[in-house]
Amino acid sequence: MSTGNNAHSFLQRWFGRGWLSLGYLFLYLPIIVLIVFSFNSSRQDMVWSGFSLRWYSELMSDTEIISGFGLSLKIAFMSATSSVILGTFAAFALTSYQRFRGRTVFSAMVSAPLVMPEVIIGLSLLLMLVSMQKVFGFPERGVLTIWLGHTLLGMAYAAVVVQSRLQEMSKSLAEAAMDLGCRAHQVFFLVTLPNITQALASAWLLTFTLSLDDVVLSAFLSGPGSTTMPLVIFSRARLGLDPRVNAVAALTILAVSIAVIVYAVMLARADRRRRKQLSAAYTPD
Amino acid sequence: MTPILQLLRNLVTLRWITGKNAGRNVVIAVPSLFLAAAFLVPFLIVLRISLSDMETAGSPFGGLLSYVDGIVVLKVKIANYLFIAADELYLLTYLSSLKYAAITTAICLVIGYPFAYFMARARPSIRPVLMMLVMLPFWTSFLLRVYAWKGILANHGLLNDLLIALGVVNEPLHMMNTSFSLVVGMVYAYLPFMILPLYANLVKMDMRYLEAAADLGATPLQAFWRITVPLSKSGIIAGAMLVFIPSVGEYVIPELLGGPETLMIGRVLWDEYFTNNDWAMASSVTVLVILLILVPMAIFNKYKMDQDAGKQT
Repeated sequence: MSTGNNAHSFLQRWFGRGWLSLGYLFLYLPIIVLIVFSFNSSRQDMVWSGFSLRWYSELMSDTEIISGFGLSLKIAFMSATSSVILGTFAAFALTSYQRFRGRTVFSAMVSAPLVMPEVIIGLSLLLMLVSMQKVFGFPERGVLTIWLGHTLLGMAYAAVVVQSRLQEMSKSLAEAAMDLGCRAHQVFFLVTLPNITQALASAWLLTFTLSLDDVVLSAFLSGPGSTTMPLVIFSRARLGLDPRVNAVAALTILAVSIAVIVYAVMLARADRRRRKQLSAAYTPD
Repeated sequence: MTPILQLLRNLVTLRWITGKNAGRNVVIAVPSLFLAAAFLVPFLIVLRISLSDMETAGSPFGGLLSYVDGIVVLKVKIANYLFIAADELYLLTYLSSLKYAAITTAICLVIGYPFAYFMARARPSIRPVLMMLVMLPFWTSFLLRVYAWKGILANHGLLNDLLIALGVVNEPLHMMNTSFSLVVGMVYAYLPFMILPLYANLVKMDMRYLEAAADLGATPLQAFWRITVPLSKSGIIAGAMLVFIPSVGEYVIPELLGGPETLMIGRVLWDEYFTNNDWAMASSVTVLVILLILVPMAIFNKYKMDQDAGKQT
């Protein structure tokens, strides 16, 4: 393209590649370390002393982690579902209705949990729940209160994901459906919803993993008998290194990688199919 | 008065779920009610507790209003706030939280800007892969990834072993539980929040501006400073806010990687509640943290709204 700049652009390209590689190394180093050292036979810090599956077998008999994991899965399933429903409502309100009373406040409240430190959200929810308990005698802290907290956080993330998909979706589709006589709810169920299913699935998976991973909100909102897996891991991690935690990490990373790769392949396929259909529809016979 | 009356009438006659705009009203009302109950009311309660007395027996905090002999008494206790203002430790903690958040944001920007820039300038066919590689760590546990740094930075950890094997140092460096390990952990955890908005911004840039600059005789570096950077301003603001605001109140990373001397307000808040059991104090600290981050949050929201408005045109 430009003249005499070859040496410069060559340098720039390699500088760019180097920077990206170092950046990715930084992002992935801890993940690699966790996996590698989950197979370490020694208990000592991070000194390699031979391959072993010892920590995996110890993990299988670790009832604290296993029951915590079951509870985390249950809460994550519940809160991902409710987050996506509420988040979709919020995203729909923000993209479809340009003017309604309190839109600014509404928009700020939807996105605030994204950046608000979790300690603050957790403490304020907790103090409200405790005050409610003083007055009404419920709710007890436990699964339901953790669910409430995770839904609040997840809703913000779900709203962002769904909102960006809704904004991409062209208005003309909905308008065409209206011209053809669709009622508002028909437009929603027949046109909008099928178009955003991918975003809904992404949002569900994202809020599911968020809930599965949350420490701070869970710590504030859990009661006796509702110790989630991250709470178990966190209390051990505070004390020091625990090789069983490495084994948990390796297993979750494996599960998540499989899920994400399968999902990405499915997305790519659906995308290709849709493009093919689109180009077929637009080609004149 | 009329809008209120109208609202009341609509509520009583249930017009908002039966009328013409029913769908629209439900779509707005459901998330609004949830947010009011789970977000707004808790903050008001925190504000109220921060101003009330701890002493009343039976109840965890005293009432603000009391009725004695025909006189309504409003009792507001500002002792907690005065105490925070007078106690140097709180002030130092606020300042040091801001300091660590600012350092984290600056380092994330220095690492993340070139990263996002080179991602956006990569061949279009590999961009989705590069993007997915940034997103992937999001899907694996944040807690476990932060925990892994303990093993890397420990005295007999991976990094020290490597440095000793390479002959760079003879004695293991003390890195764990210092402000260094805290900053490494924070930069690590928040870097993707800087990269993603910057990438989204840089990838949309119109390359013709750069060609025009080159035609007019600008060197690549000049073009970068005078065109690329100003055009990516909104991306820089979004990234900086997404890193800065949550890191002011970060709790997990300082607890796992920070040392006793690394003061962070999130930890103070946690201790005030869980260790000292002082609700009123914990609430007062919370109120002050919210005030502290309200300004950057307003900037963030304004940016977000500008961006939303831009998307729709």
